[in-house]
Amino acid sequence: MKIIGYVCSHAGYAAADLAGEERLQYSPDIILIRLPCAGRIDVVHLLKAFREGADMLFVAGCLEGNCHHHYGNHEARKRIDQAKSILEALGMDGRRIEMFYLASNQGWKFKEIADEMMRRASELGPNPLEVKE
Amino acid sequence: MIIGEQKPLQEICAMLEGHQRILVTGCRSCVAICLAGGEKEVGILAESLRLHSDLRGRNWEVTEFTTERQCEKEWVRELSDLVAKSDAVVSIACGVGAQTIQALFPEVRVLPGLNTSNMGAPEEPGVFMEKCGGCGDCVLHLTGGICPIVRCAKGMLNGPCGGSQNGKCEIGHDTPCAWEEIYHSLERLGRLDLLEELIPPKNWLPSRSGGPRRIIRPEAVLTREEKEMRG
Amino acid sequence: MKAGSKLEKVLCDGRFAVTAEIGPPKSASAESVRRHAEEMRGCADAFNVTDNQTAMARMSSIASAVVLIEEGLEPVIQMTCRDRNRIAMQSDILGASALGIKNVLCISGDHQTFGNQKEAKNVYDVDSIQELMILRKMRDEGRVWSGEELEVAPRLFLGAAANPFADPFEFRVARLAKKVRAGADFVQTQSIFDMERFERWMELVRVRGLHEDVHILAGVLPLKSHRVALYMKNKVSGMLVPDAIVERMKAAKDPKEEGVRICVEQIKHLRSIEGVHGVHIMAPMWEERVPEIVRRAKLRPDARIE
Repeated sequence: MKIIGYVCSHAGYAAADLAGEERLQYSPDIILIRLPCAGRIDVVHLLKAFREGADMLFVAGCLEGNCHHHYGNHEARKRIDQAKSILEALGMDGRRIEMFYLASNQGWKFKEIADEMMRRASELGPNPLEVKE
Repeated sequence: MIIGEQKPLQEICAMLEGHQRILVTGCRSCVAICLAGGEKEVGILAESLRLHSDLRGRNWEVTEFTTERQCEKEWVRELSDLVAKSDAVVSIACGVGAQTIQALFPEVRVLPGLNTSNMGAPEEPGVFMEKCGGCGDCVLHLTGGICPIVRCAKGMLNGPCGGSQNGKCEIGHDTPCAWEEIYHSLERLGRLDLLEELIPPKNWLPSRSGGPRRIIRPEAVLTREEKEMRG
Repeated sequence: MKAGSKLEKVLCDGRFAVTAEIGPPKSASAESVRRHAEEMRGCADAFNVTDNQTAMARMSSIASAVVLIEEGLEPVIQMTCRDRNRIAMQSDILGASALGIKNVLCISGDHQTFGNQKEAKNVYDVDSIQELMILRKMRDEGRVWSGEELEVAPRLFLGAAANPFADPFEFRVARLAKKVRAGADFVQTQSIFDMERFERWMELVRVRGLHEDVHILAGVLPLKSHRVALYMKNKVSGMLVPDAIVERMKAAKDPKEEGVRICVEQIKHLRSIEGVHGVHIMAPMWEERVPEIVRRAKLRPDARIE
């Protein structure tokens, strides 16, 4: 399984790092990509990721109202929603993508997110594209 | 500006059945501003089509290009190379753009990816409102700068009708009553006297009712000789 | 006399006029029109026949009006701006006049999104005020709008609607004045429930002297139930129903009787208002109750056919 997590430097990445320090276990299937801000993510990246073999995607940004770059996390949310509807229109399950909010000192929350995406992955199965090939 | 909305993805995919080499093209003008057909939207649509193709084993080749404007031949000619390699073009520019491409490239099938809607303006981010009725005989000076043709659901010239209540139109959807707005605008301008005038039945010839409109600027029209001179 | 209709005569004689409304059926049979004609015979000076009310296709106003004439009643046809352009309007008016119709109510018409064929293309070539101008030119000059002469001019008694309960309130009387200048001989108002607002409107009407330029018929509508009262209050654009009336309907042991009682009270009060020259009773789906309302309100329209 390939689960890509787009994590913002300020919150997502820091929390993931903290999870590691606290020896909280999460699946090695999760690959992290560090962004300056969740708002950097674009719909095109998300769609492309599926074509390149990702099974699940998530974006982890700062808590609502707390974005280090003001409202980047709001923009990320809207784009995730847009990507979800495109997936649904194409017959894929929108739950393959998700937006999460957390704070830099919430290593436990990062593990929760990772576990949730793994749970969904086993429920939804691999990317339908892979199956076709 | 011209305001439109992309057709649902399913509809676009259905139109493309039977085609293989697809060019997605948008425009940097109006449709970019209403976030329907600009470069960004072209990118997202192209990627969505590729994903659709991969999911269903279609083997589509999808290319992208965003013209500066899609209503002028000079700009649309820039598509030549890509069109030559395509058997279908999906345009998410306005209906004018799609038609310009088809006229310039009669052999390739041009499909409208956009539902062109109206002439309007952005009200706030993400919200675009119809503003101009394109009637060809503007009466904004009589209505305090508010178009009664298209902002009044009944296109009245001696409004409001009896369904106007609390500043809203009877059709609902939180549509403002244009005539209430006109009243207040003329009040602020100190010109309520204009509302006492009986406006007679409108001449609709300059509007869509008179047939496809053609407007000529004689000072710019070239004679045959002039066309030859310019090569 | 502009048309010589009974309604015109009653109003010009200074008598208190009564008009009532008949809704045409969604049917190719005029049976219900004849039935209502029989039920309501003698209770009004003239009977409005609505024109595809709420944008639902029904038997046409003109056809229904012809049936009323056959039954010995005087009709008031209604002609909205929604479904016809000026050419069709003028054409229909010539036909209506030829068939004996004299009273015409010029109205904008509910938007087609109210009806069951919302996808239809609406017309709105002209608005209700322009419609009055066109019809008056046909009658007074014997010409169509573009200027050509008619062989025979139609004889018409022209009406318009007025709504004291719509907004902006400050402009409603000015708009009535426009309708009068455009050619309105009489006006029927939207159903009155907010008597206070109606009286304020009449005050402004009198200040402008409009009550002497046009015959105003006050609209009333008997409420059938508490649910209907709520519907009128909340769902009908341009209608105001005070809470007190809604409460009365809710508390009533016999709502239908209460609705009729309220209507009769209103009519008696409206007769006392200076400038009100008649009453227009609208009872959609309840036409059979109108004779009783007329009787209890002690209105006595002239039942003889001229």
